[in-house]
Amino acid sequence: MNWLWSNLDQVGELILVHLALSVPAIILSFVFSVPIGWVAHRSRWAHSVLLSLVALLYAVPSLALFIALPAVTGLTLRSPVNLVIALTLYGMAVMVRTAADAFDAVERDVLQSATAMGYSTTGRFWVVELPLAGPVLLSGLRVVAVSTVSLATVGAVIGVQSLGSLFTDGFQRGIEVEIIAGIVATIALALGLDWVLVHVGRLLMPWSRPEVKNVRGEPTPVVKRVDVA
Amino acid sequence: MIEFRGVTKQFPDGTVAVAGVDIVMPPHKTTVLVGSSGSGKTTLLRMINRMVDPTSGQVLIDGADVATVDPVRLRRGIGYVMQNSGLLPHRKVVDNIATVPLLRGTSKAEARAHALELLDTVGLDRSLADRYPSQLSGGQQQRVGVARGLAVDPNILLMDEPFGAVDPIVRAELQQELLRLQGELGKTVVFVTHDIDEAFLLGDQVVIMQQGGKISQAASPTEILANPADDFVADFVGANRGKRALHLAQVDGRSVVVDADGRPAGILAQ
Amino acid sequence: MNLFLDALAWLFDPAQWSGSGSIPQRIGEHVWISLVVLLIASAIALPVGAIIGHSGRGREVAIRVSGGLRALPTLGVLTLFGLWIGIGLSAPILALVILAIPPLLAGAYAGFESVDRHTIDAARAVGMRESQIVGKVELPLGMPILVGGIRSATLQIIATATLAAFIADAGLGRFIFEGLKIRDYGEMLGGSILVIILALVVDGCFAVTQRLVVPAGVRAARSPELRSAPARPRAVVGHAINEGNQ
Repeated sequence: MNWLWSNLDQVGELILVHLALSVPAIILSFVFSVPIGWVAHRSRWAHSVLLSLVALLYAVPSLALFIALPAVTGLTLRSPVNLVIALTLYGMAVMVRTAADAFDAVERDVLQSATAMGYSTTGRFWVVELPLAGPVLLSGLRVVAVSTVSLATVGAVIGVQSLGSLFTDGFQRGIEVEIIAGIVATIALALGLDWVLVHVGRLLMPWSRPEVKNVRGEPTPVVKRVDVA
Repeated sequence: MIEFRGVTKQFPDGTVAVAGVDIVMPPHKTTVLVGSSGSGKTTLLRMINRMVDPTSGQVLIDGADVATVDPVRLRRGIGYVMQNSGLLPHRKVVDNIATVPLLRGTSKAEARAHALELLDTVGLDRSLADRYPSQLSGGQQQRVGVARGLAVDPNILLMDEPFGAVDPIVRAELQQELLRLQGELGKTVVFVTHDIDEAFLLGDQVVIMQQGGKISQAASPTEILANPADDFVADFVGANRGKRALHLAQVDGRSVVVDADGRPAGILAQ
Repeated sequence: MNLFLDALAWLFDPAQWSGSGSIPQRIGEHVWISLVVLLIASAIALPVGAIIGHSGRGREVAIRVSGGLRALPTLGVLTLFGLWIGIGLSAPILALVILAIPPLLAGAYAGFESVDRHTIDAARAVGMRESQIVGKVELPLGMPILVGGIRSATLQIIATATLAAFIADAGLGRFIFEGLKIRDYGEMLGGSILVIILALVVDGCFAVTQRLVVPAGVRAARSPELRSAPARPRAVVGHAINEGNQ
């Protein structure tokens, strides 16, 4: 424990560095993914192409991407920007698919009645589609936030400072407490961001309530359920 | 014969679905349970094959308490048809019909041959046997559902709003088909619906249920129309209005039957 | 493009293809570790997930556990186990098993849970035993999602096994860490390319499998109206399966 007390400053500083890596990646992946997801939702052709690309990206191991990216971008391996780009791409691998699903899940009847009321395609998007897709988008963003925070630690092995530096340093110097402090701080940071997202979501979408699940074994009300897997 | 004795069902969340029901469903007749949603009619039906167990009271089939019978064995001896057919989507029509016989250990060839006969019985072409449920129309799926219900030649057939999800024309067709089948087979049918017209058309005995799982009246359709037990029943069956409140009007010396709104319903045959 | 040429030069250098620490040996190690981890983790997670998905009991716990474990940094777990257990393969294998359990659990329960309640209700009504409902109805119908869960777990294992080379002398990750140490970008990039190819090949195999396990009757239902009907938000399922890729 001695290590922890004498290095609290360092941990605090790494938390800030870690935030500076993950928050931009989370925001960027959301901003890029929503329009791409919407395009995938609108056209069947774009859907299959975009989602296949995203699935390929998702399959690429992170460490390999961190190494390979500079060869394409010309950045140095240790550049934080390199890591932010990679994290953004991973965020998009989850978020584009979720965004497409979110728009798919908006009831067609609601959309048609919005059109019937005279909304233009753009107006309908901002007033009807985006808010109604909101809860699913939020759930996707929460997944992205938590995994981005966790994934950012991997950058430490190629020399990008983050909470992950506590793992590499702790391992090399044999300080168990340092690694545990890093794990706890990473999880706390992830849960903290998640908490923020949940509350922002409640502020922005006061109409959405947690989903109520059927209790099994009792007569089920007729719920329309469509297989999309 | 199916008999309910003082049957109550309260779900863990506190809702009372069925409250102190006593009713006898005579053999080889159709009993229709009718009521709005939340009246406990489906729960009552599902207590017959132990999909739901009563909180108190007894359900007896031919004098034997169903609680003493293993539920799986009980269900394999009772036909069950539900609203969206409940067919297994990954099995062909013929395999769906043969599900229960195969569960009971009938040989595959025999079960298949019998399933094909049942397709005839419910008025479907044998060429549909190798299709999947999703390749059939809603009406065809319901017929397959009925065929599956009949596959083990059960004495009892439970039907839970079986025609609720098909369009009116197909529904009328299926209702006529059921009447024909019942005329040939004479099963003890228990049928749940929220449509009073369907209840009067199909039921030998109609059981009208109200909110909270109580029976308001159980009698033949004629008896219910002639002597509704209370205002709720009268209102529910519409005895005082529309097409059920018929009276005679004289037009050119002939008796024309008109409804409450004065619209002609037919000519009185003398 | 120079950098890629370096990597290609490294990849096609005959010296890398034989002897100790050669490319074939590292690929073999990587595949072997991933397979062992997948088998152990599946043996634990799939039955538990199936029980949760079938009974609906413990669902909240499962969601919380698999969601909570997603926040667990893989590198932290690897280094901690490395310190505790020491060099050798036990540390990375144990760490990888723990990290692979959440996506497998999620895939299993999401697969079982995805089966239409009406279908299960009907199967029970005609007199199927619980074991028959599991084997004849839920398993075949839930298989595509189940395989999807195994697919994301496997990708995660392959990715994390690369990272495991940080604490153990095994797998394709060795090329990356060796390259880092001696500042040989060609070797790092070559190793990364090998890892990426391995992951994409495995992913491709799973994609084919996932298509094959869709029951014919379900496939028949899909073609015409795939996207016209409002779907239940799939994120509920995707949420559980799309674990962070590490």
